[in-house]
Amino acid sequence: MIKKFFSNTLFIKLSIGFATLIFLFAGYFISKLLFDLSVFSEFIFNFFLERFSYNLAYLASSIIGALGIISFVGLVLLIGSWVERRVIARFQIRVGPNRVGPFGLLQPLADAIKLMQKEVLVPDIADKLLFLIPPVAIFLPAILAWGPIPWGPNMSYLDINVGILYVFAVSSLTVPIIFFAGWSSMNHYALLGSMRTVAMMVSYEIPVSLSLLSVALVTGTLNFNEIVMWQSNNSIWLGLFIPFALFTFFFASTAEINRTPNDIAEAESEIVAGYHIEYSGMKAGLFMAVELGNAVLLGALISSLFLNGWFLFGIENLVPPYIIFITKTVFIYLLLIWLRATFPRFRLDQLMNFAWKTLIPASIIHFFVVAIEVSIISNFSEIPYLIVLFTVINISLVVLLAYLWGKIFHVQQYQPEKIQPRFAASIGGLEAMKEVSSID
Amino acid sequence: MATEDTYELNIGPQHPSTHGVFRIKVAMNGETIEDLDMIVGYLHRSMEKLSEERTFTQNIPFTDRADYLAAMSNNLGYCLAIEKIADVIPPQRATVLRVIFAELQRIASHAMANGTLVSDAGAWQTPLMYMFREREKILDLFEMTCGARLTTNYMRIGGVAFEPPDEFYAQLNSLLGELPDRVDEYMEMLSENEIFIARTKNVGIITPEDAINASLSGPALRGSGVPWDLRKAEPYCGYEDYDFEIPVGNIGDSYDRFMVRLFEVKESVKIIKQALNILPKGMHKTQIPLALRPEPDQVYFRTEGPRGELGYFVITDGGPAPYRMHIRAPSFINLSLLKKLATGSSLPDAVVTLGSIDIVVGEIDR
Repeated sequence: MIKKFFSNTLFIKLSIGFATLIFLFAGYFISKLLFDLSVFSEFIFNFFLERFSYNLAYLASSIIGALGIISFVGLVLLIGSWVERRVIARFQIRVGPNRVGPFGLLQPLADAIKLMQKEVLVPDIADKLLFLIPPVAIFLPAILAWGPIPWGPNMSYLDINVGILYVFAVSSLTVPIIFFAGWSSMNHYALLGSMRTVAMMVSYEIPVSLSLLSVALVTGTLNFNEIVMWQSNNSIWLGLFIPFALFTFFFASTAEINRTPNDIAEAESEIVAGYHIEYSGMKAGLFMAVELGNAVLLGALISSLFLNGWFLFGIENLVPPYIIFITKTVFIYLLLIWLRATFPRFRLDQLMNFAWKTLIPASIIHFFVVAIEVSIISNFSEIPYLIVLFTVINISLVVLLAYLWGKIFHVQQYQPEKIQPRFAASIGGLEAMKEVSSID
Repeated sequence: MATEDTYELNIGPQHPSTHGVFRIKVAMNGETIEDLDMIVGYLHRSMEKLSEERTFTQNIPFTDRADYLAAMSNNLGYCLAIEKIADVIPPQRATVLRVIFAELQRIASHAMANGTLVSDAGAWQTPLMYMFREREKILDLFEMTCGARLTTNYMRIGGVAFEPPDEFYAQLNSLLGELPDRVDEYMEMLSENEIFIARTKNVGIITPEDAINASLSGPALRGSGVPWDLRKAEPYCGYEDYDFEIPVGNIGDSYDRFMVRLFEVKESVKIIKQALNILPKGMHKTQIPLALRPEPDQVYFRTEGPRGELGYFVITDGGPAPYRMHIRAPSFINLSLLKKLATGSSLPDAVVTLGSIDIVVGEIDR
């Protein structure tokens, strides 16, 4: 009887529900405890201040903070690769890594250990110094760009007034590093990959900067914290107010960070691995890790610039704000994984055409539209709900644009009514083909 | 090859999109292909020469390994050629079973071809995995019947090796029920996917005249709009009794070849359903002498394999082994047009064109 009760599905469900409740309560108390992490940083700073001079204390606490960010990024790299592989496996009707550790969680660690054990081959004709620097150097921009990210109130490591400019400048460092990696390998595939990367990154930095310019124009600041606060003060997400900038930033950034559908720099089916074809062992692993870290960084940038950072309809008062921020980041990252699992890849010339003939002119026009809207809002500040009105207008404009793109340009380009193959009943080579064609 | 303006790039022998050990030596100018040389032979196993030392039955496993993605179709072509030269008439049940397995193999092969084509276009293996799902079920059916999945060695001279087990038919019927839906799913997923269209439409256009002059066959020929299918033109295995149609493309680009393959899967499902309806009872194999010694003669028998006209040319001298056997491999002849298609195009386009022609290196090198 008792045994039967314990094997009852109702009992199992009840116990799972009970465990969830306990987990929620525990999570609530822990989150209350860890609500504001600035307590810790103040404690660390004061701890050093009591013992050393101000400058030393400042230096020591900033090193500890930097270590915190680096360890977080390292954790993201480890968990992110597991998440990516598992999620893509679900898309592809597979199971994914599930052998090492619970649910395969230790798989990235095992991969890293395996990669470290492998020999790092340096090609004989490679430019040795230039060849060995990039895998390490590429980590610099990937980690530095995390600096001004606002995790929560009073929770950004680098609260500077030129946050956007800083991220933009630091992420541009990737271009020469990738170019050196491809160039010094003395491999034609690597050279092709690095040429593609440079061409694409230089082209797509313009739409990225134009979309960020509209963000700066609307909020009147380049500081990440102030951008987030502007969104919550005006109770509007920038992604809703200027959705075109969000789209431009997202698409152009996928080109910048080499993600599908714009991963032409390391197009596996064409140029095998692109610029890092000659790297082996952990050096190749570093390139891949940085790529993944950049994807998560893109999520963090989008969630702070366009998705209102750590605010979420008042929930930020219940759970720690940084949890909300990380959730939004992970959401964008999952979106990137979804794209990767779904889409084929564009060709280089198609991407260039899209950037120079469509995206950049459209971004410039969009920039002027936003400028007009902002000037109207600032000149007629006594009219209420002007922002909401412009939000509706902007969203409907984007929807209209998408509709027109899908209906008019798409139809003109591809003629879907002729996509279906014909069925031939008669047989007989070219003569029969001519008959079939004349019937049509 | 490489001049002052160009540099040399070796695509292969180890490259993700050459579908095997096949090498293209390309002279490139930036991203544009100026000239190319195709170098084959890395998978040469001397099949045709070895088959002169073995009896007719012992040669059947070689045909598995020629086109390793369509073992059943190769078995069928070889066995039909030998049956013609040795005047062996297989029982009716064996013929219908052969049709069922050859069409199943065509579906599996087309799934593989289309999946790898989309992978070549840059999709991160998702369509490939989807299409492997159906291929896997077909390979399960093969395994159930003859114990092997890839190199089946199922057809025999004068019939088929084994009777399919009872549970085979239930599984086959459920597979046939879901296959048309799956094909619709792929069409929904890919044939209106803007990126896929941008990558394959107007890429690698083969005109009908070019196709016929280069002696293309199979989906590569039908994609150009030429309605030529040996199952209709020179029916074998009673294909004249089945009701099916030949899908042909419009302009002969990579997209048309992709779509022709998808539609052919639907037609193959139709054929298998009819074959299951008329499957007679009786023997699955006739008795033939252990050492078959046909009269001195020669025969060329061609069948419609998944990749095109699969011909077996056999000369006998009265001995237990063929005096000479030659395989007319459709991949090899379809590949001959690649130089014309790829010259002047960009590297990604050449990769997609190669994927849409659908080569199997085992068949090219034999």
